[in-house]
Amino acid sequence: MFMLEKAIVGGRRYRVWMLCLCGLILAGVLCYLRQLTQGLAITGMSRDVSWGLYIAQFTFFVGVAASAVMVVLPYYLHDYKAFGRITILGELLAVGAVTMCMLFVFVDMGQPTRVLNVLRYPTPWSLMFWDFISLGGYLFLNALISVIMLRAEREEVPPPKWIKPIVILSIPWAISIHTVTAFLYSGLPGHTFWMTAVLAPRFLASAFASGPALLILLCLVLRKVAGFDAGCEAIHKLGIIVTYAMVINVFLISVEFFTVFYSRIPEHLEHFRYVFLGLDGNYHLAPWMWLSLLLSVPALALLLVPAWRNSPRLLPLACVFVFVSLWLDKGLGLIVGGFTPSPFGAVTVYTPTWPEATIVAGVWAIGAFIITVFYKITLSVREAH
Amino acid sequence: MRITRKDFLRLSGLGLLGVAGRMAVRGVAKASASSAGSNATKRWGMVIDLQKCCRENGCDRCIKACNTAHNIPQFPDRAHEVKWVWNQPFETVFPLVQTDYARRAYAGQPIPVMCNHCASPPCVRVCPTQATWKREEDGIVMMDWHRCIGCRYCMAACPYGSRSFNWQDPRPAIAALNPDFPTRTKGVVEKCNFCEERLARGLGPACVEACQEKALIFGDFADSDSEPRRLLRSRFALQRKPELGTSPSIYYLV
Repeated sequence: MFMLEKAIVGGRRYRVWMLCLCGLILAGVLCYLRQLTQGLAITGMSRDVSWGLYIAQFTFFVGVAASAVMVVLPYYLHDYKAFGRITILGELLAVGAVTMCMLFVFVDMGQPTRVLNVLRYPTPWSLMFWDFISLGGYLFLNALISVIMLRAEREEVPPPKWIKPIVILSIPWAISIHTVTAFLYSGLPGHTFWMTAVLAPRFLASAFASGPALLILLCLVLRKVAGFDAGCEAIHKLGIIVTYAMVINVFLISVEFFTVFYSRIPEHLEHFRYVFLGLDGNYHLAPWMWLSLLLSVPALALLLVPAWRNSPRLLPLACVFVFVSLWLDKGLGLIVGGFTPSPFGAVTVYTPTWPEATIVAGVWAIGAFIITVFYKITLSVREAH
Repeated sequence: MRITRKDFLRLSGLGLLGVAGRMAVRGVAKASASSAGSNATKRWGMVIDLQKCCRENGCDRCIKACNTAHNIPQFPDRAHEVKWVWNQPFETVFPLVQTDYARRAYAGQPIPVMCNHCASPPCVRVCPTQATWKREEDGIVMMDWHRCIGCRYCMAACPYGSRSFNWQDPRPAIAALNPDFPTRTKGVVEKCNFCEERLARGLGPACVEACQEKALIFGDFADSDSEPRRLLRSRFALQRKPELGTSPSIYYLV
């Protein structure tokens, strides 16, 4: 079933990698068990900063998941053949990323055993409810599409016709998951940092930059460790997608900066001041956010010059810059910045604790494990031909 | 036709999915049906007379009364505080009402803050399980600590910072247990309930009763002859962040 047997066999390097991931997962599980008994007090979160790394990571990886649409859309809608070999990798990456998102939300729950209350008492006016629906649906769609496509590839038959409308459905669905995630924040009165109509477009832009950047890096890793060739054209095209998305993302951030710093409305200004300049002598977040801004400069330079973008040595560097820059922006600053200063103007410093960071690393490891297994199966099916 | 084990597993999986889908659809239908229509008869609210409240500096009788009545744990760590009513310097409560050369009344004065029991509460809108809801008959924003999943979306949604989360087991940190009121478990959100348990017995809120200056005036805002409504007609009052459209039920007479 699901060709899982292909994931059990592998070379030495494969086994060592999987063992390392298992070690990280185990460490994460142990820390989570501690969180279960002692409560979320073992994290760095507080009454003022009541969401932290967990929800920030969730937000970031929803973007990675949604970005699968950047390979699905050209391949299925425009019949762009060069993406033929990597489309399924994008879909499987989405499956892994959505799983991570769900786990990040789960570990953030104060009462995890009650999490199904969301389905027992469906609440259509809550964006959290819609996030459950859209994430669950997206996971189902992508898992189904990948299994059907992979099976067709193994049997060397064309995929069944009924899958096409499901693939088409997955395209707007991908947009919806990140839009709903942005709405989680941008619909809250009193959090001026998030209260911007540009949040959802910005989320999508940063997703379509960071996700394909990750996919490029994964393809290059697969070339090294598994001899998988994604094809030069596909990689170059992905590079162009990352470039456009990153440019749009930087543009949207500049638009935010202008609006806030030119209008100088204190309520809007103080969050940006905390995030980028520090407030009341607290500069904890500012260096990270500056790093995020500064990384986007060489990233854009490398991406915008065609010779550099197409260089096999510089493109991965640009992708790393893009990924780290956007991870800091969305996976760290966005959530903490929205909560600081508090409604009473207090600056409460949020520093993730070790157990909290270990749980995050554990969830990453689960994501990496799932993606490795899927990619292993996919490549084994292809090697068989 | 022969059904293989694989087919059987697949079919039963599909069947389960179908049943789950039906239940979800039914739930949505029920929820949207029950949200329609309101017949508010009362709207409990409070007026806080700052001229009386600030007469005695450092007074915390209302806070203590609430803490005792509701088994509120006392944690020394500010990050993990649980509080229903507490004092906050005036300028942090109303940061934008006195700027530049305006006369600084009440500067530095601690004034009591609590859940505003908004007429349009954002916390209720965002809660994914309806563990917090506005009671239609009297406007109190309620909490069900047995249904709350601890996602803290309501804390993010509250523009007033009125909600607390139990980051750890609160029970060891309760000074004197009041057997008439439930304690909470770790991992749920809580906040001021306007003493609905006392209102049900015909009593006023504990903080109101504890205030010797009679600075807290509680009553029904739906009744135009009630004491708080009469005070609001005669004196200038502030609400916290009225521009957000939440319509708080706590007014501060200045």
